[in-house]
Amino acid sequence: MINPASLPNTTMDSAPRISQSRIPEPPETLLPQAAPAFKVKQLSLWYGEKQAIKNVTIDIPEKMVTAIIGPSGCGKSTFLRCLNRMHELVPRTRIEGEVLFDGENLYGPGVDPTIIRRRIGMIFQKSNPFPTMSIADNVLVGLRLNGVRKRQILNERLEKSLRMSALWDEVKDDLGKPGMSLSGGQQQRLCIARAIAVEPEVVLMDEPASALDPLATMKIEELIRELCVDYTIIIVTHNMQQAGRCSDRTAFFFMGQLIEFDQTERLFSNPKEKKTEDYITGRFG
Amino acid sequence: MRGDQHTWRKIKSGAASTASSVAALVVVAPLALVFYHLVVSGIGSINWAFFTNLPKPVGEVGGGMVNAIVGSGELLGLAALIGVPVGVLGGVYLAEYGGARTNSLLRFVADVLNGVPSIIWGVVVYGLVVLRFKSFSALAGGLALGLMMIPLIMRTTEEVLLLVPGGYREAALALGISRWKTIVHIVMKTALKGIVTGILLALARVAGETAPLLFTAFGNRFWNHNLHEPIAALPLQIFTYAISPYDDWHRQAWAGALVLVTMIFVLNALVRFLTRDRAVRIL
Repeated sequence: MINPASLPNTTMDSAPRISQSRIPEPPETLLPQAAPAFKVKQLSLWYGEKQAIKNVTIDIPEKMVTAIIGPSGCGKSTFLRCLNRMHELVPRTRIEGEVLFDGENLYGPGVDPTIIRRRIGMIFQKSNPFPTMSIADNVLVGLRLNGVRKRQILNERLEKSLRMSALWDEVKDDLGKPGMSLSGGQQQRLCIARAIAVEPEVVLMDEPASALDPLATMKIEELIRELCVDYTIIIVTHNMQQAGRCSDRTAFFFMGQLIEFDQTERLFSNPKEKKTEDYITGRFG
Repeated sequence: MRGDQHTWRKIKSGAASTASSVAALVVVAPLALVFYHLVVSGIGSINWAFFTNLPKPVGEVGGGMVNAIVGSGELLGLAALIGVPVGVLGGVYLAEYGGARTNSLLRFVADVLNGVPSIIWGVVVYGLVVLRFKSFSALAGGLALGLMMIPLIMRTTEEVLLLVPGGYREAALALGISRWKTIVHIVMKTALKGIVTGILLALARVAGETAPLLFTAFGNRFWNHNLHEPIAALPLQIFTYAISPYDDWHRQAWAGALVLVTMIFVLNALVRFLTRDRAVRIL
């Protein structure tokens, strides 16, 4: 039983500490209020001895597109992978800090990464439709292997996912053809359809257009803008124009640290940090 | 002077290409010779009776090897029951679960086991099974062949699973598919042809084994009605007939050898057929 008398005390104790920690972070207060999907607190990650992420604290808003930019090796992909625990596939990684998703620490004891990944999907740099499967099977594999059997649900979800990924009109007559028979850009949109078919809340994208031609890239970017109505999207890109075109927020990473995080327009037009300015004006990277 | 060097270089080049061509021929020639000899000596004794009749009693001419052909099939079936699940799961462990240190130990052990002379497998199973149950048996023969298949299948399965790009595993895991479902439904399915190829190669390898069957399956001149009793096998029958003093048995041994080699040839052709697209052709 909780002693009611102790409650006011504890809240009094903790309240000043929270406000104190918020005061020295002016960029946060400049951002318009948006509910955060992720609250990342003092996240650090090591590959063996090498520290790849250094003490990153950031609130990523929901149902918006957040771009992560930075030079090669700055830890942006690693950071993205921390958000659905995909980095755990690399042996000898160690993590410190917290990633709160929907109020729950992803790294808390007893949290199953499989369940997390159902809610936080991922798109990779290289499109990777399963080679043994048709277009339809590729889209539905996540549902089927998680136990969805009903024809009607599967058919609905197939069409919905392919429509949302702007692929339906191109493939609706070829659903039985191998996923690998599509063009590179179509394959990537198929992977997006596959990821959203399991109805995640977040879609992480790791340089999703870097292997595509400009036209296919444009389609992916349009798609990202449409998807952010329903999904929280976090996109890692080395292409600053791409970040400028399709994101609401941009975070600049350098040497494993978060240097600056702001509204995209403001970060590109009026960066506060010298390093950000140097990078976006092409002085390095 | 320069002309001399040029000539000398041409001679060396010619010698090198001739030597390697001869070596290549030496690889092919035995197969051609063996097959030619088997066909010439064995084809005469291959007839309907050979595939349908039991061996005749000693001294009578004629009869066939149907019990040995079926017996070899049964033994391979038993061997596959043991070798395939253990070998494939072992390969999955190596490719998907094992740490670097355990893996290098396991690989070393598997490679040593692959090099263990086949008669040793026979002796081991004799000691473990035949002595305990006080009987030669089909089960013991199947076990000996199955044990030989395990390290073969384990290594080929591992190799083909490692050929599946990591991107497919990541894609599946990122969909919230569990680890074992990813392995079974994505990775193993992608590598299925290669896994089947490894199994067929292992079967082809043990199909002709005689030594491990000498103290286990033992051979039988009649039908085997019970897996706890001795069973006939083509290699054993060939061995028995070839060392016998009867001309008719010698002819039948040739026919049996021809059938056995043809079976192995077909298995290998099947492997070629399955691996005709390059992705799985690593063997």
